[in-house]
Amino acid sequence: MDTLIDNLDQILRGFSNTLWLLLFSGIFSTILGTLLASFRVSPVASLQAIGTWYVNTFRNTPLVLILALAIYVIPVLGFNSLGFSIGFRQFDTFFIVATLGLSSYTAAFVCEAVRSGVNSVPAGQAEAARSVGMSFTQSLRLVVLPQAFRTVIPPLASTYIALAKNTSVVAIFGVPEAAYVMRKLSNQYSSDLWAIFLGIALGYILIVAVISTAATFLERRLAVAR
Amino acid sequence: MSTVLFDTPGPKAQARHRIMTVIAAVLAVLLLAWVLWKLYEEGEFQASVWEDMSQPNIWEAYWKGLLATLKAAASAIVLSVVFGAVLAIARLSDRAWVRFPARVVVEFFRAVPLLLQIMFVYFGLGLGLYWSLVLALTLYNGSVLAEVFRAGMLAVPQGQSEAAYAIGMRKNQVMRLVLMPQSITIMLPAIVSQCVIVLKDTALGQIVSYRELVVESQGIAGFIHHTFVPLAVAAAIFITINYSLSRLAIYLEARMARRGQSSGQKVDLGTINAAQNAGV
Repeated sequence: MDTLIDNLDQILRGFSNTLWLLLFSGIFSTILGTLLASFRVSPVASLQAIGTWYVNTFRNTPLVLILALAIYVIPVLGFNSLGFSIGFRQFDTFFIVATLGLSSYTAAFVCEAVRSGVNSVPAGQAEAARSVGMSFTQSLRLVVLPQAFRTVIPPLASTYIALAKNTSVVAIFGVPEAAYVMRKLSNQYSSDLWAIFLGIALGYILIVAVISTAATFLERRLAVAR
Repeated sequence: MSTVLFDTPGPKAQARHRIMTVIAAVLAVLLLAWVLWKLYEEGEFQASVWEDMSQPNIWEAYWKGLLATLKAAASAIVLSVVFGAVLAIARLSDRAWVRFPARVVVEFFRAVPLLLQIMFVYFGLGLGLYWSLVLALTLYNGSVLAEVFRAGMLAVPQGQSEAAYAIGMRKNQVMRLVLMPQSITIMLPAIVSQCVIVLKDTALGQIVSYRELVVESQGIAGFIHHTFVPLAVAAAIFITINYSLSRLAIYLEARMARRGQSSGQKVDLGTINAAQNAGV
């Protein structure tokens, strides 16, 4: 217990890195995943093929391997200074590269979640919208997407929960987030391993609980009687 | 083909789609060519790389890594099916003192990142490298599977267990003789796709330096002083195995749907499936 209190600032710094990773990769993967989902449901054959290829490739490769490749390939492509700062918080290039690796993996799952949401809207809905004279944009905006968005919430929330847990993987590459802090502390205070493990685990459980509560709330809030 | 999003295209729309198909394909090829060119400039595809990669000891290293991955994954999947079944039965128990601890175990091990569990088991329980990894994988995936099993059992129409109770079966018999055999067919695809997740998860053994496929490929990369090709080969091996496994899951699902054996409401299981597919 003392170990946790003595190193509280280090642990909190670790979790702040975890949360930044979660935020950035959440945003990137949502954008990329939605784009890929729109590829997969589009009528253009080559876009469909690209979407399918991306999902099959990234979903079936271990995250560790994707991160290792991202850390090597992204600088080779000429992106050497991706670092930036928000207020006092500095994000170095390595942090951003790790985020991009994490996002490219998660995007495959976001894509599948969004696609399943679009596909879960019964075809009759769009047909009904068109038959009452709505244009393509109207039927999409007023009928299909509102329904797709609601069904997408639970699988999307699961994807973000998995992402929150997956941020720990970057510890292998030395990004100082919560799992990395745990490894460091458990080397320093090996007799206190139980407390360290339970303390850090509690942090992750809180993050997961917040995401799933928010998702349940949103789902209830937006629920419609069908 | 009429879908939710668009009507069946007419001749004009078809022509437009064909043009867009060509444009998108060209752009994709250009992007790929640019990436490959950059890697080529870095010397990733030079002759010495291919010479080094064709050495027999390199392939022995891959083979060793693959075996280590498969061994850990196979033990873990067998143990997590057993552990998951026990937890699921405990969670469906009539007694609160059995139900509650099982629920705590499931919720805890599902919410804590696998990497933390591996570190904890390895440093804390002193089980040795291989069994630490297998135990951590079992705790995590067993908890996930427990929810799949529970959802599967609950998805069997209620009339089935009511009928079984009505003819005088005990709870034990209802579970064993009525619910389990029916739900196993619903759950089989989910179990197969869990295998994909376990296979990918073994790569996290890297944190305690378990020498599986990814670690071996990184060793090869260090050995030949080039990174891309050795890692890409490892990725190709993973993709081949996991893609075949997911095809198997789809085949099983289709076969069961055809036979009309997946009697339950599939919606529940679908959500859980999506949740666990997003695992590491």
